[in-house]
Amino acid sequence: MSFEVINPGILSLLQDDGRFGYQHLGVTTGGPMDEHAFVWANHILGNAPGSAQLEITYGLLQLRCQADTCIALTGADLGARINGEPLAPWCTRQVRKGDKIVFATPVTGLRAYLAVLGGFKAQARLGSCATVCREGLGGVDGAGVKLKAGDILPFEPTRTAIDARVPAWAIPDYDSPLELGVMAGYQHDEFDIVQRTKFFSASYKVSQNMDRMGYRLSGDAIQPRRNGIISEGIAFGAIQIPSDGQPIVLLRDRQTIGGYPKIGCISALGAAQLAQRGPGDRVRFRPMDVSEAEAQRMIFNHSFGL
Amino acid sequence: MQLQSVNENTLLISLGDEIGDAVAQRVRQLLDAIRCELAECVIDLVPSYSSILLSFDLRQIDRLGMLSRLQALMQRLEHAEDRPLEARELVLPVYYGEEVALDMAAICQHLGLSTDEVIALHSGVSYRVYAIGFSPGFAFLGNTDPRLCMPRKATPRLKVPRGSLGIADNQTAIYPSVTPGGWQLIGRTPRQMIDWNSRSLALMEVGDRVRFEPVSRQEYLSLGGQFDEL
Repeated sequence: MSFEVINPGILSLLQDDGRFGYQHLGVTTGGPMDEHAFVWANHILGNAPGSAQLEITYGLLQLRCQADTCIALTGADLGARINGEPLAPWCTRQVRKGDKIVFATPVTGLRAYLAVLGGFKAQARLGSCATVCREGLGGVDGAGVKLKAGDILPFEPTRTAIDARVPAWAIPDYDSPLELGVMAGYQHDEFDIVQRTKFFSASYKVSQNMDRMGYRLSGDAIQPRRNGIISEGIAFGAIQIPSDGQPIVLLRDRQTIGGYPKIGCISALGAAQLAQRGPGDRVRFRPMDVSEAEAQRMIFNHSFGL
Repeated sequence: MQLQSVNENTLLISLGDEIGDAVAQRVRQLLDAIRCELAECVIDLVPSYSSILLSFDLRQIDRLGMLSRLQALMQRLEHAEDRPLEARELVLPVYYGEEVALDMAAICQHLGLSTDEVIALHSGVSYRVYAIGFSPGFAFLGNTDPRLCMPRKATPRLKVPRGSLGIADNQTAIYPSVTPGGWQLIGRTPRQMIDWNSRSLALMEVGDRVRFEPVSRQEYLSLGGQFDEL
C-alpha cells in the first residue's frame, strides 16, 4: 500500500505544509520550498490542503508502486517517466501496482512535487511530518531523514480516477527572468540611499550555497551600516546582509533568530519562485508595498477556497 | 515600542534597543498577553532579547486587523500597573569537572581566575532566558558576571556534547543537542533540555529565570550524566 524507494536521488523529502507553533523553542517550520506547486498538487487531486507530498530536488528519484492510486506532479520538470513513458508535470495520472516512476535531471526548474490521492501517511512530530534534517524532525520515520533506498511511503490505495490539470495561467515559467518584490522592513531604513539603490538596480546570481535554509546570492555588495544587531526573529523570506554584503534570502528551514541586519523581505509566493532557481540563475529585486503582497496572497488563498 | 509589518503575514514588535532584564520582562509580559488574547489569529511567535516576531493567519485576520488588535493590547498593558513578573526559576545541576568543562583551563588562564572562582561566579547569580534559537531549545542566558567575559573560540568545535554549558561575551548557554558551536565550555548538566515526546517539550522558555547548582561527579552520574556520547 505504498511506494517503495528504489533510488532516493539527490534530495527527496516528505513535506507537508510545515511545522507551526514551535518557533519560540527554536524549531523551524520546514514545509514546501515552492508552496505554489505544492498547493496545486494537492488541489487537483482534491486532497486536504497541506497533505504530505514528496519534494524532489534535482531529480534521480526512482519509485516502484506497490498499489493503485492517482498521483499529481507539479513544479519543476525533472524529466520524469512512468514505465518509460514521459510523465508530464502539472497534471494527474493513474498509477497501477508495479508501475515504475523514474526522475531524470532538471529540464526546467529545480524542485518537483509528487502528491498521491489522500496524501502520504507519516507519523507527525510536533504536529507535522515536514522533514527538517538539521533538527532531526519529520520524514518517513519521524527522525528528519531524507528518503533513502528501501523506504516505504504508505498511502491509502484507490482506483478512483481523477483527470485534472493545472490551468495554463497558473503554470510558471521557471526560465523567465525573476524579479522579486521586496517589502521594506526590519533594518531597511538604516541602509543609506546609495546602498538601497544599488540593491534594487543590481542583478544577483544564485550561488552554490543555496539550500532549504537559505539562498546566498552573489553580486554588488551592499554595505550595512552595522555589522550586527540584537538577535531577532527571522520571517520567511527575510533578506539578511552579512558583513561581506552578499544578500542571503532565508527560506523554509531558516534559523528562527539571527543577528544580521536585514534589508527587507520577499513574499511567500516570491520565495516559491526563487526556490525553482538554481546556481547561476539571476534574480533582481524591486520595492513592493506590503499591501501588494497581501493582495496577491488573498487572491491565491481564495482561488483554493483557503 | 515599535510595530512594523515585515511581510504579508508577519509583524515585528520592537520593545527596546538594548539587552537587559527590564526589556526581557516586557517581552515576556507581552508574549503571555498575546497568547492569552490573540491565540486564534497567531501562527507563530518568536520572542527574542527585545522583540517579538508574530506571524498571523490570513484566513482569520488581515494585517490591519492584527495591527489594531495588537495596538489595543499593548496600550492596555502600558496602562496596567507595572507589577513585577513572577518568573519561574529553574535550578539546574551542573558538573564543572575538567572532563566536561573542556575549556576551563583556557578560561582560567584568559581571565586570571582559579577554577573555584570561575565556578563561584558562574553559579552565584540568577540568569534570565533572553532568547531561544540557533538550534531547537538553545537558550541564551544573561548576564554573566563581568569578570567571566570571554570571547568565542576562534575555531568552533564541530561537535559540542549534549548538555554542555558554554560562556561567550556576557552570556551563557546550554547545548540541548550535539551541534557545532564556538562557546567556551565550562561544565555540563545531566538534565535533558528538550524532549519532543514529553508534554512540556523544552525545559526553558524565554523570560524564565535560571540558576546553576554545582554538583559532584558522583551526583552528575547519578542524575544520568554521561561522558562519552560523542
